Amino acid sequence: MSTSTPLEPELDGLSEGLSTVRLPRAAVLLVAALAVAVSGGLALILGWGLVGTVVLAVVLFDIGLPLWSRLVEGGRYAADRLATCLVYSAFAAVLVPLVWLIWLVLKNGLGAIDGEFLTYSMRGVVGEGGGIYHALMGTLLVTLATAVISVPIGIFTAIYLVEYGKGNRLARWTTFLVDVMTGIPSIVAGLFALSLFVLIFGPAIRIGFAGSVALSLLMIPTVVRSTEEMLRLVPSDLREASYALGVPKWRTIAKIVLPTALGGIVTGVVLAVSRVIGETAPLLVVAGATDSVNMNLFNGRMMTLPVYIYQQYSSPGIAPPTGGDPPGYARAWGAALVLIVIVMLLNLVARVIGKIFAPPTERRR
Amino acid sequence: MFVFLFIEGFPGLHADAGVYKPAEDFLSYVGPLVFGTVWAAVVALVIAVPFSIGVALFISHYAPSRIAAPIAYVIDLLAAVPSVVYGLWGGLALAQATKPVINWLFEHLDFIPFFAGPPSVTGRTMLTAGIVLAVMVVPIVTAISREIFAQTPRLHEEAAMALGATRWETIRLAVFPYARSGVISAVMLGLGRALGETMAVAMVLSATPVVTLNLISDTNPATIASNIASNYKEASPDRQAVLIATGLVLFAVTFLVNFAARWVIARSERSITR
Repeated sequence: MSTSTPLEPELDGLSEGLSTVRLPRAAVLLVAALAVAVSGGLALILGWGLVGTVVLAVVLFDIGLPLWSRLVEGGRYAADRLATCLVYSAFAAVLVPLVWLIWLVLKNGLGAIDGEFLTYSMRGVVGEGGGIYHALMGTLLVTLATAVISVPIGIFTAIYLVEYGKGNRLARWTTFLVDVMTGIPSIVAGLFALSLFVLIFGPAIRIGFAGSVALSLLMIPTVVRSTEEMLRLVPSDLREASYALGVPKWRTIAKIVLPTALGGIVTGVVLAVSRVIGETAPLLVVAGATDSVNMNLFNGRMMTLPVYIYQQYSSPGIAPPTGGDPPGYARAWGAALVLIVIVMLLNLVARVIGKIFAPPTERRR
Repeated sequence: MFVFLFIEGFPGLHADAGVYKPAEDFLSYVGPLVFGTVWAAVVALVIAVPFSIGVALFISHYAPSRIAAPIAYVIDLLAAVPSVVYGLWGGLALAQATKPVINWLFEHLDFIPFFAGPPSVTGRTMLTAGIVLAVMVVPIVTAISREIFAQTPRLHEEAAMALGATRWETIRLAVFPYARSGVISAVMLGLGRALGETMAVAMVLSATPVVTLNLISDTNPATIASNIASNYKEASPDRQAVLIATGLVLFAVTFLVNFAARWVIARSERSITR
């Protein structure tokens, strides 16, 4: 590290001795109260909304505290306070969309969900009513098929990478491709699955299974990465002990390595499923959309929850003459709530599994 | 196995594109889309990067250690929310909320080309799309930069502290030089995500094929991905092929970005271990 930059300050404070003047402890609260008061007063005079007031208060605070600190403490501490203020404000600003989104989904979604919403399809529904049963079933089936395709492929690839192809050329290339595939746009995966199935079955093909193929393209890299990391955490002492007892390699992997890493692998798989379950674009392209229940993965269009949300949003129906939103928006929010609940549940399950099955060896972190 | 999938996928995309691609029109067709894709991603990154670095610093250096882990988990939750829900939020809630901001920008800053109206009446503007994309990019960039900030050698930080540096000077002198390449690659991974994001943009923007820097008007360029998603249903086979070809362009762009990011990461790892 280059230490040519002088650490000693260019300021005048040092000449006054070691005890520099600091702001009183209550300065932060004081400036905050002042900022809120000023912006609140301005808002009352100018008639602004709540959002404008809060933004102005934060800006005033971010300017005011460093300014005061500069007058009393000098430039270095002012810069420090400015950075601290900015970092805290950035964090608060990022929390805003999350809270806003969850609040909106809860508020609008809870109103839409009832027994009918969960158990009816959209077949023949015009205007109010209808539900997400077909989309729920479609999502479960497509995701199940995706997991069935990608979990074995992903885990076996990871086993090859860790146990067999240690650092040889094929393994290096595979790792590189997996890395790149992690960043592949989801719609490109959808297009790939579509062109594959169009080449085989002709141009009008739209089946749920094609959606599974597209999603597994997105899921395999995640499974490979997490499984690989878990397998690398298995201490090689265990493997060597097994070899020393004369156990063949495949049995060592099946009986020693995999059970040790099981918890981590299951966690990774569940997290990958939760990531894939919310994907919209590939399913929109290859699985199509329908209003009726379709339980057959290999025949006919299949509705899924994300596509359902998109469809209800883009063609929400006619707004009631009394005013208010078109009926599709409420259904979209309801489906969004169901989808988020599923994703959060999966995340929670993954954490719990990770805790329960944590290998009894020492972890690196 | 994976190589097999990849090799099979590439000619599959390519053959369709090569057979149907309208030779002359394709460039002019894909041009505005490429511009829209890059422009939306750039707007998103300009908004997202300062915030994500701030949050990453907050988690790694500012927050009390007891609440840092839950906060990191909450930020990761942002990444777990499906993109279609972000689109719903952007199209129905955020678009309404940005309307006064847009009008204000037009009234006071219309000499800057970004804000040269006419201001949108629906609020479905490039600015809104950029904000939605930014919210989706923030967790990715934050997660990676946080890890890298946390890996700063403890001794460097303590040395700076011992010389009497304030916390900000410690970060500037010890943490930033160490983390620079890592943060750059994190930003590029975020760029890759913003380039490929489909649903949020498709649900926010009402697209027209124009090239404009204007952030606040009703006429916006579409992005490649959102164009595919919104035109796919009523496409004839020829048109499908064109859309697949645009998808190939998108794939090439994101592949390059990701490749560059991985390369930067690999290079910085080597230089650290050396």
